[in-house]
Amino acid sequence: MSAEPICGADIVIKALVDQGVDVVFGYPGGAVLPIYDSLFKQNALRHILVRQEGGAVHAAEGYARSTGKVGVVLVTSGPGATNAVTGLTDALMDSVPIVCLTGQVPTHLIGNDAFQEADTTGITRPCTKHNYLVKDVADLARIMHEAFYVARSGRPGPVVVDLPKDILFALGRYTGPETGRHKSYRPQTQADPARIDEAVALIAAAKRPLFYGGGGLINSGPEACARFTELVRLVDAPCTLTLMGLGALPASDPHFLGMVGMHGMYESNMAMHGCDLLIAVGSRFDDRVTGRLNAFSPTSKKIHIDIDPSSLNKNVRIDVPLLGDCGEVLGALLSAWRKEPRPEASPGGRSHAAGGAARNAWWRQIDAWRARDCLRYDRGRSDLIKPQYALERLYALTRERDPYITTEVGQHQMWAAQFFRFDKPYHWMTSGGLGTMGYGLPAAMGVQIAHPDALVIDVAGEASILMNIQEMSTIAQYRLPVKVFILNNQYMGMVRQWQELLHGGRYSESYTAALPDFVKLADAFGAVGRQVSRPDELDEAIREMIDTPSAFILDVAVDQTENCFPMIPSGAAHNEMLLGPEDKAESPVSEEGMVLV
Amino acid sequence: MADPVANIERHTIAVLVDNEPGVLARVIGLFSGRGYNIESLTVAEVDRVNSLSRITVVTSGTPMIIVQIKAQLSRLVPVHKVHDLSDEGPFVEREMALIKVAGRGEARIESLRLADIFRARVVDATTESFVFEMTGASDKLNAFIALMDPLGLVEVSRTGTVAIARGPGRF
Repeated sequence: MSAEPICGADIVIKALVDQGVDVVFGYPGGAVLPIYDSLFKQNALRHILVRQEGGAVHAAEGYARSTGKVGVVLVTSGPGATNAVTGLTDALMDSVPIVCLTGQVPTHLIGNDAFQEADTTGITRPCTKHNYLVKDVADLARIMHEAFYVARSGRPGPVVVDLPKDILFALGRYTGPETGRHKSYRPQTQADPARIDEAVALIAAAKRPLFYGGGGLINSGPEACARFTELVRLVDAPCTLTLMGLGALPASDPHFLGMVGMHGMYESNMAMHGCDLLIAVGSRFDDRVTGRLNAFSPTSKKIHIDIDPSSLNKNVRIDVPLLGDCGEVLGALLSAWRKEPRPEASPGGRSHAAGGAARNAWWRQIDAWRARDCLRYDRGRSDLIKPQYALERLYALTRERDPYITTEVGQHQMWAAQFFRFDKPYHWMTSGGLGTMGYGLPAAMGVQIAHPDALVIDVAGEASILMNIQEMSTIAQYRLPVKVFILNNQYMGMVRQWQELLHGGRYSESYTAALPDFVKLADAFGAVGRQVSRPDELDEAIREMIDTPSAFILDVAVDQTENCFPMIPSGAAHNEMLLGPEDKAESPVSEEGMVLV
Repeated sequence: MADPVANIERHTIAVLVDNEPGVLARVIGLFSGRGYNIESLTVAEVDRVNSLSRITVVTSGTPMIIVQIKAQLSRLVPVHKVHDLSDEGPFVEREMALIKVAGRGEARIESLRLADIFRARVVDATTESFVFEMTGASDKLNAFIALMDPLGLVEVSRTGTVAIARGPGRF
């Protein structure tokens, strides 16, 4: 405990520093001026001035997801806080640890409809993991530390601390991080040992097992991902990952089948449909993954490892729920698995010795599904760039540099998930749960701040990129070499695709008639821009982009009519996937499917 | 999910929470935001030293929804404990109501007679009205209120259900 009382704003800064924070993404305003004054007088914390508060939260998300640390946001009251709401909801859906400090009008004006007043704790209650309104400077230090504890414990999420201006001026005593352990919030991290044995017995007995890993693995950390990979290899079972889980198992591992779900790989979805044991790890049986629930993985028993009790048995009935941290539970599973002598799987490869003949038959079935080559697309025309081709080339030309990829939301996002192959966690940042257009550019900014020398690419669509384009100005200010790779088809591609498949080709408002010239736009923001429309120019353009030391926008004009396949139509089951346009005629979109999102 | 009307169960759930600003809004927001039913909800501080409040919520849903409700409640940061009294053995449920009945003559006498049978207490009387206080299971309150309806029922104020497990065990 420090002896001298200091002002609330200094307590805030001191708490941030003691929590190991080095960067804050923010935007000043009347109610947070005292904190900006304290920031001015110190050097431990770096402040990144965004251009809109929504950008600050996505930047903090990118920072958090690429480092495993808590992202920190500082915004003012009223509109500052309301602009942050989309980012907070995004972080809640994707379990990203964020601490968002919001200014508030002085306590005596709260409820008075004061200038720039909003009921921030009321507005953010359903879109945060927890929130606080600080009403006494004596509570401030504890609440600051508690906010970090809550944000990163259990299932991570965003926490808002609302700071009335008089509290920031008031004198109080600082207390250290040890005071921030919440008095009762203790998420369970270790699973019940009896359940572990049950799970191991099921895995050992399975003929057609499948691992299904999700974003929880990434949140649990690289160690959890390593244990997951080890278990998958020991059991010698195929493994699929969710959109949020990409990188948890190296994509180069022969056990990896690719992404699962609505635009996942044919082999992943068919395996999910046909397995007799599904081992879900840090994944949440989201509707994009399961398709029609009553036809979901009908013949399997299910093991589910998750730290959030409300994820267990939420959509799908689980036979063996394992409540706990992925890393801890996987560790326990690994030691239990090793207690018995098992047939050896060849390291890193597939011997198929584990599990015998039935397992061999399962792998043969999987190889047959793989042979369908579900990502193939029509390469017929040589004068048009296919979006898939653009991403194939981007991946091929950048993979050596171990890039960090962020995306916006839509077709380009799904293609990026399909064509990029991630061998490590923390390299793939996308808005999965909320599906926030405009996420990718500010997220890339946050990633670049955390990894100044890395190659950071925002794979974007021309519609999404305009949603937070103002952050190009932030990128200019801090000289961040962020690359923006726009797949420009002049349509909101995914909207157009659904209109084609479900609404008789009536392309209502999905065409953007007056797009900016992205080359001039790049120039206006001090970046380099280039437009490319011919396949034979693409490689050279990509090389120019990654070799340019500054920020770069590459505007790739792609085939406007291309649709994203494979696809499980809404309301359909995994074994009713559409593999390409030729499947469209018999599109099994049911009436129930129509009303789903 | 499959058959939404089938096997709907009614559960009485007790929740021990930090008595801090916004905690009730958090619980109510959880129910409205996720489309769960609230049939009754009561809250009051029960432990002044540790600043804990107890919320009793009566809800209904399929067994899977009930499990979800409990899991969602227990992951709220200020929630200490969640107990499904309906699942955890016998428990006592009580509610209190204040019931105002106005009338003269035979109807007035009849309301007083029924109040006596139901063991309701008169807590206010004028020459043309009574206020009855009645404590009991919610069904008993419903029955009494239905009887008062034709006898000049004016208004009703109810507390909602509070509940506690039978036996020596503690929460």
